Amino acid sequence: MKHILACLVMLLMAGQVAAMEVQSWQTKGGARVMYVHAPQLPMVNLRVMLDAGSARDGDLPGQARLLNELLLEGAGKWNADELASELESRGIEVSTHTGRDMAQITLRSLSDKNILTPALDMLAAMLASPRLEEEAIARVKERTLAALRQASQSAEDVADREMMKALYGDHPYAHDPLGTEKSLEKINRETLQVFHQRFYNQANAVVALVGDVDRTQAEILAEHVLAGLPVGEKAPPFPEPNPKKARALHKDFPASQTHLYLGMLGIHRKDPDYFPLIVGNHILGGSGLTSIMGEEVRNKRGLSYGISSYFSPLRVKGPWMLSAQTKNSQARTTLELMTALLRDFIDEGPTQKQLQAAKKHLAGGFPLRLSSNKKILQQISVMAFYDLPPDWLDTWSSRVEQVTRAQIRRAFRRRMPMKHLLQVSVGGGK
Amino acid sequence: MRSLWILLFCLFSLPALSGGEKVQEFMLDNGMKIIVKPDHRAPVVVSQVWYKVGSSYELPGTTGVSHVLEHMMFKGTKNVPPDEFSRIVAALGGSENAFTGVDYTAYFETLSKKHLERALELEADRMQNLLLDEKEFQREVAVVREERRLRTDDDPNGLLWEQFNAVAWRVSPYRNPVIGWMHDLEVMTLADLQQWYDQWYSPDNALLVVVGDVVPGEVLALAKKHFGPIPPRPRKAWRQRPEPPQKGPLRMTLRVPAEQPVLLMGYKVPAMVDAQDPAEIYALMVLNSILGDGDSSRLSASVVREQGLAVSASSSYDPFSRLSGLLEIEAIPAQEAGLDDLQAGLLAQIEKLKQEPVSARELQRVINRTLAARVFARDSMFYQAMLIGMRETNGYDWRSLEEELKHIRAVTPEQVQSVARKYLVEQGLTTARLEPVSKASTESVTDKPEKAAKGEKKS
Repeated sequence: MKHILACLVMLLMAGQVAAMEVQSWQTKGGARVMYVHAPQLPMVNLRVMLDAGSARDGDLPGQARLLNELLLEGAGKWNADELASELESRGIEVSTHTGRDMAQITLRSLSDKNILTPALDMLAAMLASPRLEEEAIARVKERTLAALRQASQSAEDVADREMMKALYGDHPYAHDPLGTEKSLEKINRETLQVFHQRFYNQANAVVALVGDVDRTQAEILAEHVLAGLPVGEKAPPFPEPNPKKARALHKDFPASQTHLYLGMLGIHRKDPDYFPLIVGNHILGGSGLTSIMGEEVRNKRGLSYGISSYFSPLRVKGPWMLSAQTKNSQARTTLELMTALLRDFIDEGPTQKQLQAAKKHLAGGFPLRLSSNKKILQQISVMAFYDLPPDWLDTWSSRVEQVTRAQIRRAFRRRMPMKHLLQVSVGGGK
Repeated sequence: MRSLWILLFCLFSLPALSGGEKVQEFMLDNGMKIIVKPDHRAPVVVSQVWYKVGSSYELPGTTGVSHVLEHMMFKGTKNVPPDEFSRIVAALGGSENAFTGVDYTAYFETLSKKHLERALELEADRMQNLLLDEKEFQREVAVVREERRLRTDDDPNGLLWEQFNAVAWRVSPYRNPVIGWMHDLEVMTLADLQQWYDQWYSPDNALLVVVGDVVPGEVLALAKKHFGPIPPRPRKAWRQRPEPPQKGPLRMTLRVPAEQPVLLMGYKVPAMVDAQDPAEIYALMVLNSILGDGDSSRLSASVVREQGLAVSASSSYDPFSRLSGLLEIEAIPAQEAGLDDLQAGLLAQIEKLKQEPVSARELQRVINRTLAARVFARDSMFYQAMLIGMRETNGYDWRSLEEELKHIRAVTPEQVQSVARKYLVEQGLTTARLEPVSKASTESVTDKPEKAAKGEKKS
């Protein structure tokens, strides 16, 4: 049965109405599709997302990402060289990305049938029948090891990983998608095949699509891309992560700066506190130099170049982090300042003026989030993967507008108590 | 924010932006050029003001002054208090920022089209009314020093690129980093900034690019209203410092605490500005694409996949820089491969370009990718404005973007072979290696489970 939903996002500006219709349905195999018809440019942006991110790694950290990368290294009748050549000789772009929740593959192609048809044939083969040749596995492992070495020479990356480990402990979000040198050794063709069979199926997939194809074509196209995948079974839900007791970790690192991270468990994608916390964080450290952190740490004191805080909403509670970096001699002062500002914000919440400014920025800036096919793809991808209601974009601005100071204060006090604040610093000297 | 984009060294084969509504060009009486490209897909507009000044205009002792000035442009004018610029644009639902490169400094706002006038008004204000305050400067230059630590001093790859450029160029200002040498940032004064602002910030040295849901005539009227009254300022011509010919290969090695070795190679090649024959430039663009741009390029297919010498290898070339630059190769060796083996593998690919003509299939790939990239470029208003701004500020006509495909189609295998033989020669080669030394310090994690740092109350 086909479930059809359509929703109109109105971009009401200066008397002009530009409407963008988000349509949604399910493939025969049960995968949700979100689609926007964009006939203005002769191109198609398409993303397939699988509930097969690094949180599905189990006891082999790195395998979700390794498999995802291997989709590009030979599939169906094409080996790695042929795949690269067949794609690039048509100007087709394909890339992959693996996060905690999802493994994704994204395609951008001209909509000319002579180009789009082979593009989708190849994409379908990559999803359903990656070759997983030994040579390719070895090559992608090599590349991953190099990425691990590059990460270990960056204090910022080291701090980020330490924070995720500290926040999540034994939860599947704790480890980095890259995996470790040790775990990569244990991953082989068989384990990758098992992972592929388990998680690469239609029940576990969603599709987002924007471009110069009409609704009928879009339906055919979505079916075609997933056709090789079995119907399969949805992956089980993740456990809820438990908040940790406040603690401070320091790691020595030979660098002139110390990277400072404060972190707590944040929100999930359907969190009832989503809007108060997102708007609150925008004021606290999410709006660059106009945020409290930007103003106090950088503008007024010149302590750090980068200073920001953000929530990463995931399937279950994702991280909230606040970070900065400063020369080693200023590390303590800066960290104390960040902590004090955070405490004040949790205690007192924003002022009415700050809230008004944030609403103007967020709601007024909404059309900017949909100003290209690429950005629209990003928005509807999140909607499709996290099963957000089809009116998500339509109601987004008004839900921002409805947030009150009291709601922000209450949400921060309840959800972000200082007793759970984790602190990580990496740096300190040569 | 106030970010530094070192674009010159990573841009290559820019796609043109033909198609869609026509680009329109205007000139104000004071010499300021206005370029408008309508794009009605969303009720949004991108406004970029470009100044013809960047690190390649700077002199020894005050390197980094263009970039520090870019930061100070947010620190207040006669009419707008410090940091208020960003708050005003945010309250309009817009986003703003700026970037400095070797050949340009640019400021941009992206916002709802109904607020375009406010953005232009603010830009016109800071073009003429900047107030440079000592206290604001001291704080901001401290921020820039932190930025330098972050991007260069503590980043082995950033450091490698900086040293590589400093070795490749003896005289050309491309030897200096955009962010400036640390000592220059330590001794820089407010007077240096004032002088730089007075010297370069005037309408006759600026360009406005607007892309979005606009009518060109209306943009012109707004530009006239806000930028029109600003007087032009005569300036001395920038004095060329041409690079003397390189007479042999240059090599350097960087040994810093790191984990991953890296190899960089750069060949001195002409830019369009000093090309003896423009056809050579397009042949070099095609050569670069075949050699090292993309997963099916020769470096990826041979050096990475066939020979397993590298985990990644790519090349880049920007022929539309203001001064002549390099065709660069960046490669990360596979664990088993030494840097010598890797370099030999890369040089073998260079040799092959000299010995054998490239195939018709490889040429077609470049054309098809360029064609597709032209369409993809039109999806981003910001990128369309960037392409126009970079060309114009570097001294080229934006129409060169539209003619690119025609010239690329005309390139023959013989021309590619000929430029390979002429320019990819040891005489003009610079090689830089990152050879990691192990981190001396311990990596023990200190755990203080008691409590997080005690915070002071904010003042």
